Amino acid sequence: MGVEQKLGDMGIVTTKLEELVNWSRTNAMWPMLFGLACCAIEMMAAQASHYDMSRFGMELMRASPRQSDLMIVAGRVSRKMAPVVRRLYDQMPEPKWAIAMGDCASCGGVFNNYAILQGVDEVIPVDVYVAGCPPRPEALIHGIVTLYEKVKGDKFKDLAVVK
Amino acid sequence: MDKKLEKIVQALQENFGTSYEEFRDEAHVFVKAENIVEALTLLRDKFEFELLSALTATDYYPQETPRFHVVYQLTSLARNLSVQLRVAVNSDQPKVPSAAFVYDTANWREREVFDMFGIVFDGHPDPRRILTPEGMEDHPLRKDFPLGYEEPQFTFNYDDVDLKKIYAKE
Repeated sequence: MGVEQKLGDMGIVTTKLEELVNWSRTNAMWPMLFGLACCAIEMMAAQASHYDMSRFGMELMRASPRQSDLMIVAGRVSRKMAPVVRRLYDQMPEPKWAIAMGDCASCGGVFNNYAILQGVDEVIPVDVYVAGCPPRPEALIHGIVTLYEKVKGDKFKDLAVVK
Repeated sequence: MDKKLEKIVQALQENFGTSYEEFRDEAHVFVKAENIVEALTLLRDKFEFELLSALTATDYYPQETPRFHVVYQLTSLARNLSVQLRVAVNSDQPKVPSAAFVYDTANWREREVFDMFGIVFDGHPDPRRILTPEGMEDHPLRKDFPLGYEEPQFTFNYDDVDLKKIYAKE
């Protein structure tokens, strides 16, 4: 069955370590529950059976930052919420990524006022921005696949942590 | 105005010398700040207004002085009536006695009014802000509060805004 037949049952696959590591990271990237507003409903829809993000290795959304690799900031971030976002991001283990889902998380959207942060990139570094108000589940999945492309291109020498 | 309500408005007039406005069959009774706790106690104990359904404020900044009205909306479930009390306050540090000991609901609502309008409630058991982040000094729902507008980023000014904006690194 499957890959053994194609490979002739050798039990051996050759690849580069870098590619293996990136492959394993992209195929088990667990996102953290971070629904802040209406975008969270679309995120739930993307997770549920109809769109099913687990096809892309997102088996389950973790409620704990210690167990997650990806923060999907879904919704507008108020200035009161900003320190909480930052603290949860700091609690996530390396390597970690962030997606700003929707217009509000990307740039403030329609809320240009004293209460809302003009983009979550003011408090955490963002890898992928997903446009839409709210983005459809397809758009979120496209954002995730875009992030996978980015992760697959990562080099070890660039990832070296300098303290 | 409802006949049952007329008696109540009259009682308030006799006790506290209040004035009132009628609007769509409802009474807005203007009470002096120093009488508000007694007026609420009277309505609660004698006229069965057991529910404070809303406590809020409005700012009529350029048009009217005094600029703030603190609004108490009371409901009587027993008599199927509702009445509105208003306290007009002015100056930079407006003060109203706290109603938190008459209606428990007033506790958080007074905190919200303080947060949004900067109206201080004397004798409040817990006079902190409730909605805005700690360390904020302004009161956002005042009419003279700046809207906090930031320049939107378009293609023609992309680089200008990009340079000014503070991005998080790591």
